[in-house]
Amino acid sequence: MLGRLSWAAIPFDVPVVMIAAGSVGLIIFCVLALVTVKGWWPYLWREWITSVDHKRIGVMYLGLALLMLVRGFSDAMLMRSQLALAAGHAQGYLPPEHYDQIFSAHGTIMIFFVAMPFVIGLMNFVLPLQLGVRDVAFPVLNSIGFWLSAAGVLLVNVSLVVGEFARTGWLAYPPLSEVAYSPGVGVDYYLWSLQISGLGTLLSGINLTTTILKLRAPGMGYRQMPIFCWTALASNLLIVASFPILTATFAMLLLDRYCGFHFFTNDLGGNPMMYINLIWSWGHPEVYILILPAFGVFSEVVATFSGKPLFGRRSMVMATMVICVLSFLVWLHHFFTMGAGADVNAFFGVMTMIIAVPTGVKIFNWLFTLYGGRIRFTVPIYWAVGFMVTFVIGGMTGVLMAIPPADFVLHNSLFLIAHFHNVAIGGVVFGVMAGISYWFPKAFGFTLNERLGKAVFWCWFIGFYLAFMPLYVLGLMGATRRMQHYSNLHWQPLMLVALAGALLILLGIALTGVQLAVSIRQRERNRDLTGDPWNGRTLEWSTPSPPPVWNFSHLPQVDRADAFWAMKQQRGTAQDRNLERTYRAIQVPRNNPTGFFLAFCAVLLGFSLIWRIWWGAGLGLLGAIVVCLIQAWRTDGEIEVPAEKIAAFERLHGPKESAV
Amino acid sequence: MRTPSAFAMWLRPISMAAAAVLMASCHEGVLDPHGPVGNAERIILYDATAIMLAVVIPVIVLTLVFAWWFRARNSRARYRPDWEYSGRIEMIIWSIPALVILFLGGIAWTGSHDLDPPAPLRESTSPLDIEVVSLDWRWLFIYPNEGIASLNRLVVPAGVPLRFRLTSTTVMNSFFVPQLGSQIYAMPNMVTRLNLEADQPGTFEGLSAMFSGDGFSDMRFDLVSTETGAFKEWVATTKTQGGVLDAGTFQELVKPAKADGVRTYAQVSEGLFDSISSGHMAAVSPQRGQ
Repeated sequence: MLGRLSWAAIPFDVPVVMIAAGSVGLIIFCVLALVTVKGWWPYLWREWITSVDHKRIGVMYLGLALLMLVRGFSDAMLMRSQLALAAGHAQGYLPPEHYDQIFSAHGTIMIFFVAMPFVIGLMNFVLPLQLGVRDVAFPVLNSIGFWLSAAGVLLVNVSLVVGEFARTGWLAYPPLSEVAYSPGVGVDYYLWSLQISGLGTLLSGINLTTTILKLRAPGMGYRQMPIFCWTALASNLLIVASFPILTATFAMLLLDRYCGFHFFTNDLGGNPMMYINLIWSWGHPEVYILILPAFGVFSEVVATFSGKPLFGRRSMVMATMVICVLSFLVWLHHFFTMGAGADVNAFFGVMTMIIAVPTGVKIFNWLFTLYGGRIRFTVPIYWAVGFMVTFVIGGMTGVLMAIPPADFVLHNSLFLIAHFHNVAIGGVVFGVMAGISYWFPKAFGFTLNERLGKAVFWCWFIGFYLAFMPLYVLGLMGATRRMQHYSNLHWQPLMLVALAGALLILLGIALTGVQLAVSIRQRERNRDLTGDPWNGRTLEWSTPSPPPVWNFSHLPQVDRADAFWAMKQQRGTAQDRNLERTYRAIQVPRNNPTGFFLAFCAVLLGFSLIWRIWWGAGLGLLGAIVVCLIQAWRTDGEIEVPAEKIAAFERLHGPKESAV
Repeated sequence: MRTPSAFAMWLRPISMAAAAVLMASCHEGVLDPHGPVGNAERIILYDATAIMLAVVIPVIVLTLVFAWWFRARNSRARYRPDWEYSGRIEMIIWSIPALVILFLGGIAWTGSHDLDPPAPLRESTSPLDIEVVSLDWRWLFIYPNEGIASLNRLVVPAGVPLRFRLTSTTVMNSFFVPQLGSQIYAMPNMVTRLNLEADQPGTFEGLSAMFSGDGFSDMRFDLVSTETGAFKEWVATTKTQGGVLDAGTFQELVKPAKADGVRTYAQVSEGLFDSISSGHMAAVSPQRGQ
């Protein structure tokens, strides 16, 4: 009846898991109880769960990512404390079968459920506003994409309590991930949660690519498009091109595991190397999917707070697109040590290094944007400068490992771990944090507390160096990744320093919570009444904060990059256009629960497949099909906002004469 | 200004600590090589790092200097609100990384060929053949010409090139002795090749650098490099003690075991490695329990 599922799947004998699960369960229960008692369900259902407004969906993506950051970081703390203890003959407190799940979950969650929703959330929120349009191309699809990601998140977290997670590392290399060596449900949790959320990511990628290519304000050609939109375009093109590879690769592994196929098995003609080639054909573009939008954020932030246009805009766009293409030509550098041969290794090594050229150009462009600026040291610029300093170090160690013979001694070492955290934290996380503090007032109508924001920055910045510089050294000393204990006692002091760094980052994450709470309490004091708190340059700052559902009452006319900056320059001479404006009714998409119901079906389907509950899988699949069919026959997709309502909104919130 | 003072506060202890650990790290691992391959790779590490630091350090310094000098409150800094293009600077900023990559690309290309793992080290001395099999979770070293085998301990003569062939019985592992240089994967149904050499006697730690399951952390072994005479003695003694490794005993051996001890085999049936690597022993490879 319940397939493989039984009471034995719940680890009652592991106190750590039970306490964690118990307290998370308690928190969830309390939140649900509060929502019920306060009667917030109708509001949540109407304004958030069924919302197809790109701004709401963007905010939900970011909330999801923040939540998962806490989960992924708990895993990191467990690992760091285990390694601080398990030196010499000590085994630490986490036996291998737990430790292996923890590092696998940490990598999987941080990439798929923290970095991805962070970046997609920012793009979702910002793109239509920067492009000067009212929504994304496919608003309902947008909601479906988000809810499928949430479904993946739910499945990954269920694995903590019911059953186990993969013990294979975050990319589940076969043959280790094949049934012969991972017979449990861990790898199935991994595969199904990523298949479901991967579908969501692909839908989101298609949606945002279409939005950028087809929906732009009148007059906005590619040459006038803000730089963040360019980086988002590159990133979404990469999503569209690479995520199908991931889905297909996982599908083959699933066939191996469920139907006895032999794509990647050791016997009957299976070839594990194929998986490794395929997974990295997705995996390397993936890192650029994450970092390119972060580059976009820094470009906006550096230009805005320096009070001047981005230096070398054309170079920047070119560099972005060059990286976009080259990212598909370097995947083999992840396995130089699998005996590919000198010519192949050398080719991929050189290709990898070539990516450093456009990346280096970007750094110089930001440098010369700072030059001649009048830099206001707000929180976003702290992150940006911290990024420039940190990222070049990560870039350097990356290029170092692109030299095959250097990789022969650094591959899979803690040096590698330090390198990719250097670019992932110093690049993606710093970028997202800059983006959040930059666009927060746009989303919520008040600025975040600057003092606490800077404290958060210093915690992450110093914490990063403390946590990962020792790992570079340990890697050179011969420490490898994924080890649960080590015999070499004089690695321990460095492991302790790394733990201290992780604790400092933990403080940073906690302070982010404090910052949010304090900023909400002080919101009246920090109201953004103008819609343009930073003296911004792009169109999102021409809307009130927060923008209305329809974003722009009149679609802006654009004739150059930094369109809003140009408008502000001309405002003094031009007639005030607001007074004589007439408003027309605007069609906005109607709320739609399709995404939520689909996610429900997807969770049922995924969970049933993981535990081989075939009737449940059938039910989930059938439910999903029915939900899709109902959506397909819907005809009332839009509602009209009457002109009077828009006029009233504009009278209240529209740009005032003293806005600048 | 808060920025510089905070920096100054942290800079000294951090740089002192960093210097101390860097010194420590030079006495083990890949920065303390004991063989020609490791030596060559260390030179590449140093050269490439030096070339890149020549750009990276100025960039970091310029970032901090520009950010500080052009702060809004500095009335002496010249504000150029419309400056966004300079052809000359653009040319320089594309050329600098391009030149660096030209250098490093050269190093990568020649390095990949000179240090290609299957390439023999030198023609003059005939190498010692060693066959490496990664088991769950141990290393088996077969000396095909001597007809002996050793588990979890690799004894080699110093100053003699070592020619490895590697495979795995179950999942992937990576054979790595940091102080000798290059690592290479051991993969089921595949044979990879590697050439290393220890240039002096000593004991060097070896490990698996590719996660392979629960017993992975204990897949450590000692590589003991001895004088040639001592190596011959070791071979002779080994031939007199320990059991026979053939298809039968191998079936026992492949059963998963963690932190297994050191063992030697006086005799190894001929062609054992080839039958493992060609998958003929796959039938006896065990399934892992839950």
